[in-house]
Amino acid sequence: MAHAYTPGLRVARCTRVRKRRVLPLEGTVTRAVGDRVAADDVVAETHLPGDVHSVNVVNRLGISPGEIERYMCKREGDPVRKGEPIARSTALFGLLKNEVPSPIDGTVENVSSVTGQVLLRTAPKPVQVRAFVDGTVVEVEPGEGAVIETVATFVQGIFGVGRETWGELAVLARAPDEPLDPAAIGPEHAGKLVVGGALVSYEAIERAREHKVAGVIGGGIHDADLKRLLGYDLGVAITGHEPIGITVVVTEGFGQIAMAERTFGLLREREGARASLSGATQIRAGVIRPEIIVPYPPGTEPEVADDEQHEQGVMEIGSIVRCIRRPYFGRIGRVVELPVELVQVESETRVRVVEVEFDGERAVVPRANVELIEV
Amino acid sequence: MSGAKIAPDDLRVIVATDCGSTTTKAILIEVVDGHYRQTYRGEAPTTVEAPFEDVTIGVLNAIAEIEDLSGRKILDEQGRIITPASEGRGVDIYISTSSAGGGLQMLVAGAVKTMTAESAQRAALGAGAIVMDVLASNDGRLPHEKIERIRELRPDMILLSGGTDGGTVSHVVELAEYIAAANPRPRLGGGYRLPVIYAGNRDAREQVRKLLADKMELFIVDNLRPTLERENLWPARQKIQELFLEHVMAQAPGYKKLMAMTGAPIMPTPAAMGTMIQTIAEQRQVNVLGVDIGGATTDVFSSFRVEGVDEPVFNRTVSANLGMSYSISNVMARAGIDNVLRWVAFETEQAPLRDAIKNKMIRPTTIPQQLEDLQIEQALAREALRGSLEEHRSLAVGLKGVQTERTISEALSQEGSGASLVDMMRLDLIVGSGGVLSHAPRRAQSMMMMLDAFEPEGVTRLAVDSIFMMPHLGVLSTIHPRASAEVFERDCMIPLGTAIAPRGQARRFGARCLRYRVELPGGEVREGELAFGDLVRIPLAREQRATVHLEPARGFDVGAGPKKARTVEVSGGEVGLVLDGRGRPLRMEQDKAKRFAQLSRWYEAMDLYPRLTAATRS
Repeated sequence: MAHAYTPGLRVARCTRVRKRRVLPLEGTVTRAVGDRVAADDVVAETHLPGDVHSVNVVNRLGISPGEIERYMCKREGDPVRKGEPIARSTALFGLLKNEVPSPIDGTVENVSSVTGQVLLRTAPKPVQVRAFVDGTVVEVEPGEGAVIETVATFVQGIFGVGRETWGELAVLARAPDEPLDPAAIGPEHAGKLVVGGALVSYEAIERAREHKVAGVIGGGIHDADLKRLLGYDLGVAITGHEPIGITVVVTEGFGQIAMAERTFGLLREREGARASLSGATQIRAGVIRPEIIVPYPPGTEPEVADDEQHEQGVMEIGSIVRCIRRPYFGRIGRVVELPVELVQVESETRVRVVEVEFDGERAVVPRANVELIEV
Repeated sequence: MSGAKIAPDDLRVIVATDCGSTTTKAILIEVVDGHYRQTYRGEAPTTVEAPFEDVTIGVLNAIAEIEDLSGRKILDEQGRIITPASEGRGVDIYISTSSAGGGLQMLVAGAVKTMTAESAQRAALGAGAIVMDVLASNDGRLPHEKIERIRELRPDMILLSGGTDGGTVSHVVELAEYIAAANPRPRLGGGYRLPVIYAGNRDAREQVRKLLADKMELFIVDNLRPTLERENLWPARQKIQELFLEHVMAQAPGYKKLMAMTGAPIMPTPAAMGTMIQTIAEQRQVNVLGVDIGGATTDVFSSFRVEGVDEPVFNRTVSANLGMSYSISNVMARAGIDNVLRWVAFETEQAPLRDAIKNKMIRPTTIPQQLEDLQIEQALAREALRGSLEEHRSLAVGLKGVQTERTISEALSQEGSGASLVDMMRLDLIVGSGGVLSHAPRRAQSMMMMLDAFEPEGVTRLAVDSIFMMPHLGVLSTIHPRASAEVFERDCMIPLGTAIAPRGQARRFGARCLRYRVELPGGEVREGELAFGDLVRIPLAREQRATVHLEPARGFDVGAGPKKARTVEVSGGEVGLVLDGRGRPLRMEQDKAKRFAQLSRWYEAMDLYPRLTAATRS
C-alpha cells in the first residue's frame, strides 16, 4: 500500500466559495442574481410568528370552558392591545364587572371551549439573513434565500464558538508557534479579526472583548479556558450560537499547538483584507467546521488554482503529517514507511500504522492518529 | 427484490447491511456444513450526505468489499444485487437496518409526566427513536416555554398521548393546542407534513382532530394508557415504525431506492438490536441486559420476566449524549473528572487530560496508542456505561408493553413508578456491543468495564458482540429466526464468562465475604475464601462448565437470600469465572495511594493490562 487516506481540513489560497443563505421560514429574497453584496447586506427577510401567550380565561372568570364564547369580547383573529379586556363577566345587572385583560399587544389565535384557554400571539418578528461574505449573488431560491459566490482564501478551522462575524484581518503573532499576546491587542483592533499563532488564552480573549474585537483565530485553546469563556463545560461539539460577544476559531485543536505553517502564511498574506468568520462547529454526521473566508476584491483575485489536492487525503512516503494524539500530539514529521500489515502498539491495539520521522527520530504511529498537512 | 416471497429454507445466502451515521457495515451469511454462518464482512462510508446524497452508494460499496474478499459475485454490471443465489454468484435476499441521518427523532407528549408522558416515552424509545423532549401538562414549564420548545425542535414525528379512556380531555386538548400553535416543521423539511400520532384518551380524538388535522399529518391509534393500570404500547410502536419507513426514511436521500432493494422492511438500527435482545431472552428464558456503546450515543435494552406476567417486559433507552468519541467530553462533564479518574491507577495531570479528551471529541477517529491513554478511555467508558444504565433503570419501571396490570396506588405513587424492573440480582446475562467493548485489546478489559459500570449481583453471564452484527441479526430474525439464532451463537456472541458477586458490605477490606468451592471439568477443585475488596479469576474456557458451591458470609447474598448457601452451574468464556468480592454497591479505597494499590491488585488478578517494558513503551 503506497498511500493511505486521512482526514484533512480544507486550506486553500484561492478558491471559489459558495455560501447558501436561507431563511428559517419562507419569506422574500431581496437581491437578484448578479448583484454584488457585502457581508452585512441583507439578502432575504421574513417574519417569524410571534410568541404565544396563554390566558386561562375560565379560571379567571370562574366559568366553565363550555361557556367561554359567551364571555369573550374578542374573537379569533382580532387584534388586541396590552391591558385591553379580552373577556368579561358581569353580575348584579352590570354592577359587578370582572375583566380579563390581554397581557400583550397582538392577536387572538385560539379560543378553546375544552380547556378554557385563550392563546394570544405577539406581532411577527422580523428575521433577516445577511450575505456573510462579500461576493456576488449567483442563485436565488425564491422565497427561501440566495447563494453567494466569492473567490477567496478559504481555511477550515477544527473548532470554534460564537456567531458569524466579519472584519479586517490583523495578524498579531510573528510566528505560527507564538501564542496570542493579550498585550498586543488594543483599541485599534475594534471590529477586526485578530490572528494569534499557537494559543488563544482566556486572557487574550477577554482583552479582545474589552476592545470590541469581532473575532479571534489561533492554533489552539485550553479546555479550561473554553470552560471559563462559556461558563460551562462543553459536552458535545455543536456550537455557533454562543452569546459570548466574540467569535473564537482554532485551527488545530485543544492545548498549545502551533498553527499549521501554511494556514498562518496564508492569513499573513491576506492581512488587512476583509474576512468573514464563523464559529459554527458540528462534529457529528453532517459535519460542519468553522470557517475563515477572506474574499479577494473583484479584479484582484489571482487565478483560481485548485491547490487542494493534498487535502483530498492521499498520504504517501514523504508526505508531511501532524500527530493528533498522544504521545506525539502536535508534532510534525515526514512519512518514511507505510507498512501494510497490522502492528501491535503499546496499548496492545492492533492497527495499521505509519512510520514518521521527526527531526531524525523515527516513531511508529497509528494511521488514525495522524493528519496530512501542507507546507 | 422487494415483495418477493421466499421460503426460509430457500434462503442460503444472505447479505445484510446496517447504514450507520458514519459507516455502512455489510455482512454475508452462508450455509456452511449445514449451519448458517457469517462468513465475510465489508464496510464503507455512509453516503447520505453531500456530495453523494444517496445511501445506496455506500451500501453497494460495502457489498463490493464483500465481493472482493469472498470472490462471490453479488452485484451485476448495473450495480444491482443478483438474486437468487447460484454457485459463487448472487444472494437469496438482501436486508438492512438504518440509523443514518441521525436516526428517528421524536417529540413525545402526555398529560401527566410520570404516567401517560412516561408511557409515551417508553413507546417511542421501544420503536427505536431518540426522544428529543417529553412534554407534559405538569412538567413545570410555562405554556409559552412549551410552545417555544416545540417550535425550536424539528422532530421527525410527534407522539401525543394523555388521559386514560374516559379520563381527562382538557389536558390532552391543551397539549394539542400548544402543538398547533407551535406548528413545528419536520426535520427533513421539504414538501411533507409533520406526522403526529395521537394515542391518548379516545374521548378527545375529535377535538385533537379539529386542532391538528389541517396542519399536520394526523394518525389516530389506540390509547397507549387506556386505564391507569394498563399500558398498551404496541399499536403506537407499530405506527411509529410504519411512519418511519413511509414518511421519514422516504425523505432521506436514496432511501426509496434502498427500500426497493430489500427483501424485508428496513428497521431502525436500535429496534433491530432490541428485537435481537428479546429473541435471546425468549430462546434462553433468561433476564437480559444489552448495551450498545457508540461514538455519540449509548443504547441500553433489557428484557425481564416479571411475576404474574406471561411475557418478559422489554425496555429500551438511549442516552443521546453518552458515547466514546463525539460525546466523550460530555461523559467527562457529566460524571466529573474525579469519578473518571477513580478507575485509573496512576497520577495524571488534569489540564492536559482535559485537552486530550476535547481533542478526541473534535477528532473522533483517533486510537489510544499508549497504555495510559487506553486506561483513561476505558475509565470514561465505565462512566458512560454507568450513566446510561442509570437512565435506563429510571425508565424501565413497572409497566409492560401489552396489558400489564398494576395497582392504582403503585401507578399513582412516584415510588411505584421509580421501582426499576432491572434487578441486578435477577439479571442472568449481559451482552455488550460497540467499539470500546467489542474491540478492547484484551477480553478481560471488556468484562471488567461491564462489571465496574453495571455492578451485577449474584451470578451473571457476560458476553460481547464480536463485530457489531446484532442489528443485522435482529432484522434477519423477523424473516428467518433459525438463521439468526445460529449466526448469533456461532459468530456473533463471544462469551466472556460468569461473574459471581455477593451483594452486601463488610466493615473492613479483607474480611471474608464468601466461601467457595469450584468443581472444574476434569475433576480439579478450587476452594477458598473471597475477601471483601478482592477479585479472583479462575480460567474456564468457552465450552466448559463448572459447578460452584457458594456460602456467603453474614451480610452477603449471592441470590438465595442473605447468608444462604447456593450451588450453581456456571459456563466459561474468554475470561472465565470471576469472583467479585468488591461489595455491592462496589466500594473502593478513598485514600489515593491505597486506591492505586487496590486497583493494581484488581487489574493484576484479571490480567487486565500488560506490564510495560522499555521495549514495549511508545
